[in-house]
Amino acid sequence: MTSKAENQARFGVPDNSMVFARGVRKSFGAVEVLKGIDLNVPTGSVACVIGPSGSGKSTFLRCINHLEEVSGGVLLVDGEFVGYDLRHGKLYEVNNKLLCQRRADIGMVFQSFNLFSHMTALENLIEAPIMVKGMSKAEAKDKAHALLERVGLSAKADAYPRQLSGGQQQRVAIARALAMNPKVLLFDEPTSALDPELVGEVLVVMRDLAESGMTMVVVTHEIGFAREVGDQLIFMDRGVVEERGEPREMIANPQSTRTREFLSHVL
Amino acid sequence: MDRAETQTPPPEALTVVPLRHYGLWVGTAITLAILGLILKALATNPAFDWPTVGKYLFHPSIMRGLGQTLVLTVTIMVLAIIIGTIVAIMRLSPSRILNAFASAYIWFFRGAPALIQLIFWFNLALVVREFSLTLPFVGTLFTVKTNDFMTPFVAAVIALSLHEAGYMAEIVRAGINSVASGQTEAAGSLGMNHRLILRRITLPQAMRFIVPPTGNETINLLKTTSLVTIIAVNDLLYAAQSIYARTFETIPLLIVVAFWYLFVVTILSICQHYIEQYYGRSDLQQGASFGDTLKRAFRFGRVAQPA
Repeated sequence: MTSKAENQARFGVPDNSMVFARGVRKSFGAVEVLKGIDLNVPTGSVACVIGPSGSGKSTFLRCINHLEEVSGGVLLVDGEFVGYDLRHGKLYEVNNKLLCQRRADIGMVFQSFNLFSHMTALENLIEAPIMVKGMSKAEAKDKAHALLERVGLSAKADAYPRQLSGGQQQRVAIARALAMNPKVLLFDEPTSALDPELVGEVLVVMRDLAESGMTMVVVTHEIGFAREVGDQLIFMDRGVVEERGEPREMIANPQSTRTREFLSHVL
Repeated sequence: MDRAETQTPPPEALTVVPLRHYGLWVGTAITLAILGLILKALATNPAFDWPTVGKYLFHPSIMRGLGQTLVLTVTIMVLAIIIGTIVAIMRLSPSRILNAFASAYIWFFRGAPALIQLIFWFNLALVVREFSLTLPFVGTLFTVKTNDFMTPFVAAVIALSLHEAGYMAEIVRAGINSVASGQTEAAGSLGMNHRLILRRITLPQAMRFIVPPTGNETINLLKTTSLVTIIAVNDLLYAAQSIYARTFETIPLLIVVAFWYLFVVTILSICQHYIEQYYGRSDLQQGASFGDTLKRAFRFGRVAQPA
């Protein structure tokens, strides 16, 4: 197994990098949806990915925690491949146990929330810390209550997902991801399934997280959020990064015609 | 326009004349007449011989038979659920071989009639005389003659649990498939492994879809166990048969048997309701109480139906 330092030297990963991608490719059958994506997300920063649907941005996000296997290129989280170990110049698929350990450090928030529908909000939060990390029930509960308070839902601990609004469900889902103390949080269009008046409450929680120093990769259509919270903005189109830059600058003055076109539709 | 509206009388002043449902009245009358005839026949036909029914209802050998039927049903159902779940998981596995084996299992054991499987297992000695466990370098550890352990009860348990497992496998598979894939992904992203996800996330949610058909299967199985009389297992029907073979009180004893089957089915239906409620507790729509369900099932008169 190569160490983090060896990987960093070999692939030229900058210091302080949490998510590093170079030439990431992904094909579904004959269709290539990612055609060489490069990205570096430094620890503690927020990267926002925008782009039209079908541009591959969600697929790229799912590659980061190995929900999808990459077809080519290098994708490292905290200096390590998530689904592989590099030995003698070959990528060996890691066993299930190791994959689960690494995934536990990468939180993910889904467009459709995906709260466990047979569990209350509190049970959703304590499930993985107890079953995966072996935390004691009392400790997990204390932590869960603190997290629910942080997302403003301490009163809803015993509610089932069905009894919560979309915005509340998504806030519980964020708290559930946080309960695992992840190194990085991935957001897959977290507000796209929400009624417009519920988007704000989720964005407030996300902004609070960003300010607390959480490393975040956010696939979103919320340009306002990207401008105010993002440290870098990536515009993806047809499987490539069409343009990237400092959010305010890029939104105010896009260089590529495709970016300009896209922004004119969403702004 | 505003003036005209204020001049119309308030709606409560208008009487609604309901539509006369003559067809419904005729149907109800005919049904009541038939019901009357049946009741009269039941009460007056001496062949039903109610005093004899009463005499045998709690007869010790009927009770023993009922006990045996219940033991069979529970044992077979428990085994069928375990085997069925394993087959369902094989059926959903990415391995083509496991998948094909599971499909073949379901095709064969669900497809062949239960009665034939029952007679086959009872006569297994015709195919395999004895079973022995021989290890290399150790020698034969034990040998048993098939006829020594394949008692009627064992044959019944093996045959019917393999048969029932074919149905259960399909029920469990459908249940697992009904759980949204996002649930598995979310669990995976939290670092849960396949087995943990199945046990903690997928199966508990699949239960809501598995319980109702499993209840039906249990009720079905309770009655199917009466087939075991053919290989002389002393179940409820066999107990009744052995009595009426002597006394020729056939009909009263069949009524006794039918009574006990219906009694157990009723108990099972009530249990099923509560189990369904337990697994549906996260679902707001299923909050109806048992009383409500009873009312809905047995309500009299005309039921308002949306067109």
